[in-house]
Amino acid sequence: MRKLTLKQICGGIIAFIAVGIFPLLTTNTFAQHVVILFFMFGMMGVAWNIMGGYAGMFSFGQVAFFGIGAYTSSFLLITYHVTPWIGLIVGGLVAALVGAAIGYPCSNLRGHYFAIASIAFGEIVRTHFNNWKLIGAAEGLSLPMLNEGFKNFMFHSSKLPYYYIMLTFLIISLGICYLISTSKIGYYLRAIKESHDVAKVLGINVVRYRLIAIMTSAFLTAMAGTFYAQYVLYIDPESVMLLPISIQIVLISMLGGAGSVMGPVVGAAILIPISEVTRVWLGHKGTGVDMLIYGFLITLISVYQPKGVWGLFTNMGKRAK
Amino acid sequence: MTEQLLQQVVNGLLIGFMYALIAIGLTLIWGVMNIVNFAHGDFLMVGMFASFWLYTLYGLDPIFSIPVCTALLFVMGVLIYRFVVSKVMSGPMLAQLVVTFGVSIFISNLAVYLWTPDFRLISNPLLSGTWVIGEIQLSIPKTVASMGSVITSLFVFLFLKKTKTGKAILATEMDREAALLMGINTERINSFSFGMGAALVGIAGAFLSTYYYIYPQVGGVFGTIAFCVVALGGFGSIEGAFIAGILVGLVQTLGGFFFDPAYKYAIVFMIYLITVWIRPQGLLGW
Repeated sequence: MRKLTLKQICGGIIAFIAVGIFPLLTTNTFAQHVVILFFMFGMMGVAWNIMGGYAGMFSFGQVAFFGIGAYTSSFLLITYHVTPWIGLIVGGLVAALVGAAIGYPCSNLRGHYFAIASIAFGEIVRTHFNNWKLIGAAEGLSLPMLNEGFKNFMFHSSKLPYYYIMLTFLIISLGICYLISTSKIGYYLRAIKESHDVAKVLGINVVRYRLIAIMTSAFLTAMAGTFYAQYVLYIDPESVMLLPISIQIVLISMLGGAGSVMGPVVGAAILIPISEVTRVWLGHKGTGVDMLIYGFLITLISVYQPKGVWGLFTNMGKRAK
Repeated sequence: MTEQLLQQVVNGLLIGFMYALIAIGLTLIWGVMNIVNFAHGDFLMVGMFASFWLYTLYGLDPIFSIPVCTALLFVMGVLIYRFVVSKVMSGPMLAQLVVTFGVSIFISNLAVYLWTPDFRLISNPLLSGTWVIGEIQLSIPKTVASMGSVITSLFVFLFLKKTKTGKAILATEMDREAALLMGINTERINSFSFGMGAALVGIAGAFLSTYYYIYPQVGGVFGTIAFCVVALGGFGSIEGAFIAGILVGLVQTLGGFFFDPAYKYAIVFMIYLITVWIRPQGLLGW
């Protein structure tokens, strides 16, 4: 296991304290909301990274896991009055199972073929949810207003609890990603990314490790989905199942740097505030200007910073030494 | 029942030929430079809007605006290749995947900005009405569009097999380095193929504008279907894309007929997933 340097530990502690006290310093709920979304997309970026960054499976269907997580916990809460905390786990497990069910037949697909298969998967799930009467079809699900509190995973008076819960989720995912990246699994996944065939020849069970990566990624993404449902209290296929959310997740990871633990968090820290602020400033008229800028930004990033910003930081660190 | 079924088969073929033409443009780009053009559907949208405005502003019927749409899309394709796609050709694969998503979002929202997200339809084009043969109804614009698509596909096929440029494209598709050693300017072939892929979708757009709704997000559905058609037919295979396009058209309409129309696209995607599970290289891929 790679030892962390003193500098990294100090940097980590400072960053931790900064995000820890940030919401106490500002009463601006929009700022808090943007940071919560940043944590949420950061978490999904970290989850994508386990699949895409380490194992080389570029998934453009993450939104299916996100939606499954959101729908499972909400459905259980509305129909059986199950606390969202159990829904969170169940949603994660369902998403992991679905991920395995789709990942197994796709275990021979690489590169573009995997990417397109993942889009097809996302679209199938969305179409199905859009027509599934049991879970409200296209009308979606409205969550009941329950008493505020940790037990019900609902807080009406302040965004602070959501903030800290999401921060905890993000740290848990970072921990999992760090463990994977430094363990044997991480090295296997990187080997699979470099070359399927060589990995196979070296005796790595490619299918099994790809499935591990997909299921972990699906579980974490579904957790974010449950959080989102509890945060906005209303979900429908249009808000939790659309392809652009998947693209946003991929973009965050790419901008930050795919294949590094912190990369997606950095990517989310840059992209989410930009996209939220342009959306609020320019998006309300429905003229498409905000998305126009967003599309332009994606193109710019892919052309000029395709390896991610995190690489810049680490390179600077190396040069400084 | 049999008449209805036959009608569905006809409808499937009619839309299938359109898918084939759209997918041939996509597979050309994919095969030559190994780039999945996610903006392909939006190119189609631009072609449809071009035809719409030529009709609305200058009274030019969609059938006669085909050459204009083709030329316009060719230039657009070449420019996008020169200024965007060529810059990521040597970059990481992820960037190659994401860059055309950026172009796609940019183009479709530019259309929203310029022309609002409204649905439009060309009223009273030259081609309208239906032929009735026995119990089968044949919409005239759809039939003409399908025939046009078959003829265009045939021309593309002949162009690739018979002309020097076409052979150079095929050579680049097979082995870029070897083609370079044979004195083929692969950079020019790239930009030509990208332009040609876009031009083909411009033709499809002009045909589609005679009977389909025209709106900025119209490319989404056609684009996603086109990826499935291409991957189903096999990497870079023109014949494969043509056959797969017809297949997907049939699956879509028959699936909607036998199950639930709401699921027609989901069934297409299911068929795609099943095919790549059994044959990852697609039907005619190698």
